[in-house]
Amino acid sequence: MEQVFFYIFAVVAVASAIAVITARSAVHSAFFLVICLLQVAAVFVLLRFPFLAAVQVFIYVGAVMVLFLFAVMVLDVGRETFGERLHSQSIPAVLTLAVLFVMMGLLMFSGKVTVPGGPYSEAALARNTEIIGRALYTKYIYPFEVVSVLLLIALIGAVALVMRERVKVK
Amino acid sequence: MLTLTHFLILSFLLFLIGVAGVLIRRNILIVLMSLELIFNAVNIVLAAFSYYTGNLNGTIFVVFNITVAAAEVAIGLAILVCVYRRSQTVYVDEMDEMRG
Repeated sequence: MEQVFFYIFAVVAVASAIAVITARSAVHSAFFLVICLLQVAAVFVLLRFPFLAAVQVFIYVGAVMVLFLFAVMVLDVGRETFGERLHSQSIPAVLTLAVLFVMMGLLMFSGKVTVPGGPYSEAALARNTEIIGRALYTKYIYPFEVVSVLLLIALIGAVALVMRERVKVK
Repeated sequence: MLTLTHFLILSFLLFLIGVAGVLIRRNILIVLMSLELIFNAVNIVLAAFSYYTGNLNGTIFVVFNITVAAAEVAIGLAILVCVYRRSQTVYVDEMDEMRG
């Protein structure tokens, strides 16, 4: 049963990811990206991390995608023809991707990427949100504070970057 | 039964599509969206390893990753708006003002 859901989510995620990079207008790309991010949130639920799924939906789908849609609106990019969409370096890029695909495929099916027989118990996983919260505020309190400062810097930086210089009115 | 390989293959495909978007598309907005796809692929791998090894440190990495990605998008789009105001283009191969 779990596997059926995984395949549904995976197929939708990959299909919408392909649609993101092939769609004609940037707004369509943004909406396909929303679909893809929601599927990733569903995958997090399958991995028994409801907290991550909620964070994914709130931050990515809620905040980041709204930012993207605002950018699309401000930048006023219309539909593009096929030639306009592609970079002139497409052929070497596709070759590189093919090599990457083969290499990662070989790595994946060589059977070397394994884990030491997952000793997780359902009971421990059921309360992992609590464990994550505890770890964030105790063991990882320093990175947590650094990240909050980083967010503040990003906020001020974004405002400072896009602020027009006020025309001096005498 | 879902195994680690399932999640690795899903994340690998998303990563590949993201890299393809970064390398092939000219529109910088799509390039940034492809970067988000790559971030998500990495997050899936971190969460999957965290689940299959029974160690929650990977999950905390995912939380930090998502936060940093949000900051990155805010700054990236702000820079993008600035560049668009200066050069009136969103195509990465036309943004060559800094070329000597």
